[in-house]
Amino acid sequence: MTLEEHAKRYPEVWRKFNPRQSLIRYAWYIGIVFVAVWSIHQLEIPWIYFLDAHVQTADLLVRMFPPDWWFFLEVIDPLVETIHIATLGTAVTFVIAFPLAFLSARNTTLNNATWFIGRFILVTSRSVNTVVWGLLFVAIFGPGPIAGIWAIAARSIGFLGKLVAEAIEEIDEGTVEAIEATGASRLQVLWLGVLPQVLPVIWGTTVYRWDINIRESTVLGFVGGGGIGIILYSSINQFAWREVGIMLISILMVVILSEFISATIRKWIS
Amino acid sequence: MLTITDLVKQYPTGLKALHGVNLSIDEPQVVAIIGPSGAGKSTLIRCINRLVEPTTGSIILDGTDVTKLGRRELRRARRRMGMIFQEYNLVERLTVMENLLSGRLGYVGFWRTFRRNYPPDDVQAAYQLLDRVGLEGYENTRADALSGGQRQRVGIARALMQQPDLLLIDEPTASLDPKTSRQIMRIIVKLAHESGTPALLNIHDVPLAQAHADRVVGLADGNIVFDGKPDELTEEVLTQIYGEEDWSTTVGHDEDETRKRPRRRTKLEREAAAG
Ligand SMILES: Nc1ncnc2c1ncn2[C@@H]1O[C@H](COP(=O)(O)OP(=O)(O)O)[C@@H](O)[C@H]1O
Ligand SMILES: [Mg+2]
Repeated sequence: MTLEEHAKRYPEVWRKFNPRQSLIRYAWYIGIVFVAVWSIHQLEIPWIYFLDAHVQTADLLVRMFPPDWWFFLEVIDPLVETIHIATLGTAVTFVIAFPLAFLSARNTTLNNATWFIGRFILVTSRSVNTVVWGLLFVAIFGPGPIAGIWAIAARSIGFLGKLVAEAIEEIDEGTVEAIEATGASRLQVLWLGVLPQVLPVIWGTTVYRWDINIRESTVLGFVGGGGIGIILYSSINQFAWREVGIMLISILMVVILSEFISATIRKWIS
Repeated sequence: MLTITDLVKQYPTGLKALHGVNLSIDEPQVVAIIGPSGAGKSTLIRCINRLVEPTTGSIILDGTDVTKLGRRELRRARRRMGMIFQEYNLVERLTVMENLLSGRLGYVGFWRTFRRNYPPDDVQAAYQLLDRVGLEGYENTRADALSGGQRQRVGIARALMQQPDLLLIDEPTASLDPKTSRQIMRIIVKLAHESGTPALLNIHDVPLAQAHADRVVGLADGNIVFDGKPDELTEEVLTQIYGEEDWSTTVGHDEDETRKRPRRRTKLEREAAAG
């Protein structure tokens, strides 16, 4: 083939999108911008407050200073309670979410009904915020850490259950077949064919959720769920900013520590 | 020992993978099933332990019709059939020893499995088999730390832990290099012969089949088109199985081939297969 023949045979320009596809893409961009503008408009944001926001922030920081270091002693107990709420809540989550994940995975569920029930519980759990669960459980158990623990668990079950169920659905089915082919019972297949494949995900996700729960449990006290949130809320209401400063610093330290622990454990698992 | 009569498998997609297969094995021999990709080799072998449900026909293993068994009896029948897979299908995160002992699952209760407490006889047998497949000293190695050839040795040992009456082997060497392939074939044939266990072995590599099998069955489009001794495989027979091609370099030569590692089956594909 001569060069000329080549030139005739193949086009000189190549584009990823044809004109129609390009048009659709630009329509999407314009649509997204429109939705954003519309949302901001609907919110009727009082822009006037933005004008002195930096002044207010600086003022708040100044009022937190110097922190009331002695108040730290009063923070320790509620802070420990917060950690306990997160840890026990995560433990309750583990016990409930573990079987639920197997019911909610297509390949390990018993039948369509059990799959639907499992998925329904997971979706319900995830669609309600921890603080809202907190309000509910405070109404049931009264204020205190028990309500907090259940609020944490109620929200986390959906998180852990969903991720583990997805991991179960993605396992290598060849291993499962090999175990089935030995004449193993259903329970044995789950125990040896499925579980070893998802164990890293189960532990990793649990530790990760514990870390999230430490953060979530700090605000549960706002609605009566126990922990540091109770005194944090009252200090804010009393404008005791020097106490608030101490509490924010303490929470920050605990959160950094829990993130470090969680990251280390997850690294060690994989 | 094994008698398959008029076996038909039609997948839910409507595709007929087996059109009335008749096959019987009356002595402990290694039977190689050859045929092009898509001929129905895997379907045939998987119908025997019902990883794939046969549509019609009967499969009689030592007097029991496998196709008629309920869940419980199927488990009993399955523990008499050892299976070896192309992708090894080990429990990757467990040790070699635990993988071997999983071959005994049909015999031990869940409580023992749960506590990882296997009968002493099984542990003894596992150590012996490790020696015989050439993996002595590897009992505490995790399966995912092994090479392909080593994994397949574990796969072979796991199947033999069942002390099976029949071995079902699906493309045992298709993911291995030529040299390892031949070693694996030698181990399989040796152990099958020594234990007097008949074996059905799918393989698409004709020279490898000829070199190691006692009997060769040719499958094309879901029909058996050849059944005879390895040296009866002539160019005409191969043309019948695989279609027109120049066979002169294949017949009788143990030729090296490069093989590709196939993708693992996904959940959906498996669901369809179970369908
Ligand atoms: N799960 C399945 N669903 C539908 N068709 C299938 C399934 N498994 C295999 N088949 C089809 O059945 C035929 C035989 O497949 P298979 O037994 O895997 O052949 P081989 O092992 O000889 O390559 C092929 O046409 C294949 O596409
Ligand atoms: Mg196949």
